[in-house]
Amino acid sequence: MPGKLDVQIGGLRLKNPLIAASGCFGYGVEYAEAVDLSSLGGIVSKGLFLEPREGHPPERIVETPSGMLNAIGLQGIGVRRFIAEKLPELRTLGATTIVNICGSTLDEYVELARILSDAEGVAALELNISCPNVKEGGITFGCSLTGTFDVVNAVRRVTTLPIIPKLTPNVTDVASFARASQEGGADAVSLVNTFLAMAIDVETRRPALSNIVGGLSGPAIRPIAVRMVYECRRAVSIPIIGMGGIACGRDAIEFLLAGASAVQIGTANFVDPFIWQKVLADIDSYMTRHGVARVADLVGALDTSAREKEWISS
Amino acid sequence: MPVDVRARVVANTRLSPDYNVVALAAPDIAAGCRPGQFVMVKPGRGHDPLLRRPFSVFEILRNPSGIDGFSLLSKRIGVTTSLLYDLEPGDVVECLGPLGRSFDLVDPPRDAWLVAGGVGLAPFAAAAEDLVARGTRTTLFYGARSARELFYLDWFSSRGVEIVTATEDGSHGDRGHVTIPLERALGRARGELTMYACGPEPMLAAVSAVAARHGRTCQVSVERVMGCGMGGCYSCVIPVREDGGPPHYVRSCIHGPVFDGASIVWEYRRAG
Ligand SMILES: Cc1cc2nc3c(=O)[nH]c(=O)nc-3n(C[C@H](O)[C@H](O)[C@H](O)COP(=O)(O)O)c2cc1C
Repeated sequence: MPGKLDVQIGGLRLKNPLIAASGCFGYGVEYAEAVDLSSLGGIVSKGLFLEPREGHPPERIVETPSGMLNAIGLQGIGVRRFIAEKLPELRTLGATTIVNICGSTLDEYVELARILSDAEGVAALELNISCPNVKEGGITFGCSLTGTFDVVNAVRRVTTLPIIPKLTPNVTDVASFARASQEGGADAVSLVNTFLAMAIDVETRRPALSNIVGGLSGPAIRPIAVRMVYECRRAVSIPIIGMGGIACGRDAIEFLLAGASAVQIGTANFVDPFIWQKVLADIDSYMTRHGVARVADLVGALDTSAREKEWISS
Repeated sequence: MPVDVRARVVANTRLSPDYNVVALAAPDIAAGCRPGQFVMVKPGRGHDPLLRRPFSVFEILRNPSGIDGFSLLSKRIGVTTSLLYDLEPGDVVECLGPLGRSFDLVDPPRDAWLVAGGVGLAPFAAAAEDLVARGTRTTLFYGARSARELFYLDWFSSRGVEIVTATEDGSHGDRGHVTIPLERALGRARGELTMYACGPEPMLAAVSAVAARHGRTCQVSVERVMGCGMGGCYSCVIPVREDGGPPHYVRSCIHGPVFDGASIVWEYRRAG
């Protein structure tokens, strides 16, 4: 019996539409003391390669107007330690764990998918083909239509887990990448990853980040991300997981109306780790106020009729 | 377990054109707080500034029957510290805490030496009170630009803390860095002692080196640019060497902010 808040992403059922975004929630376990992980729709692990990585030197973040830049450089413990040390705890905590995977080659994605398919407690794979901060972080796949198709298709052949390519906004036509993902066999797509950006300390004339450029996230990017979700909704039939600057229930609903079946929250969790229950309560009261029975009824429920009438009559 | 509190400003004391101490009514945070821990602070609503900033808990504010809250020592250098400087009683500051690892404070007969540089005095009010309550003999080595930027000297001395100062312009104590009187004292010290340091990173590196030269241990409290304070973002990393392995980055919010000074690879950033 479907409930009011639960959502379906391909074969994956989530108890509500809120998911912690990759790289913004550690490995999940860091938050277990403060947040009941089983109360979230899901969590996405920090981006994992096969091997551990050190990441970029500090400074790794800088605040910008209503947002932040980051160039963490995918510091991580590697997939084997993740399976041995983090997954069992996440299972115990009742988290729905989506694992974000990164590779420098097609084979690395395939190998990661194989390894994680055999691990207990993985709900889905998010293919990170969109990290702007490391050359080998899959961005070369994510910026090429055939590359996107090839990665998705290769992973599709080795796993029955739901696969969710995560798209970069740093392309001219993001919808064509959603289409390539669908054709490759993706169960859903998630978007957006961060926007490639830069900040300079004019006093020292130095770049604010050691990596010089980084990814922009937070409320500043929300309207662009909403537009991109809307474009993808019109291009594909698979579910979309939307994100980019969500900081309250209203923001989340905006993504649902644009066509997202679920949403991720990243930067806003840094500001308020207790954001989850607040956003859920906001969504719940919005639904009551508007007489909406199920979250799924909001997905893509954008009303453009007035707009069209206006156009016709002018 | 950190809590998020909308704390009311009880008082804001401007100590100089840059420094202030803001007293916050947040008993839930203060009651669970150990010296050296920090809070993530957001003095304004909305998205500018967006992220919280980390601050060491300065004093634990007590009344005869319990704990009222805590105070922060702030130096105005950016948006958040400017907002903190301008706060008025009754304003609200969002505080998430307590967070991070605290100092491992020592008991007698071991002595405690606190080494502060500028706003690095911040974690040492709470630490000194705790140490004095244990009966541990406590000395504060305190360096600043000038006598005008040495604060709370009476506060510390009235609690029985011995004070040794250094100023860059020589207007109070030794002229130069705090490591000058510190080296001198270490050369004379005979008993067991543990050092604690907080201040700019070059000072922490120098104090750690001095401590190592004299065979003393030094716990340092570092301050890196921090995004979340909870281990979520991996921005506040610092290179450490553990168990003789190669240096690697650990998150100062959850592995610190207090580290064994000898474990930090201070020169790593330039090399890497
Ligand atoms: C500090 C930081 C680290 C991130 N790390 C990853 C990562 O490892 N993998 C990934 O796919 N996205 C990563 N992202 C992107 C986020 O998951 C998300 O797509 C983006 O921040 C937009 O959402 P937001 O505005 O809610 O933060 C990271 C973002 C930030 C701010």
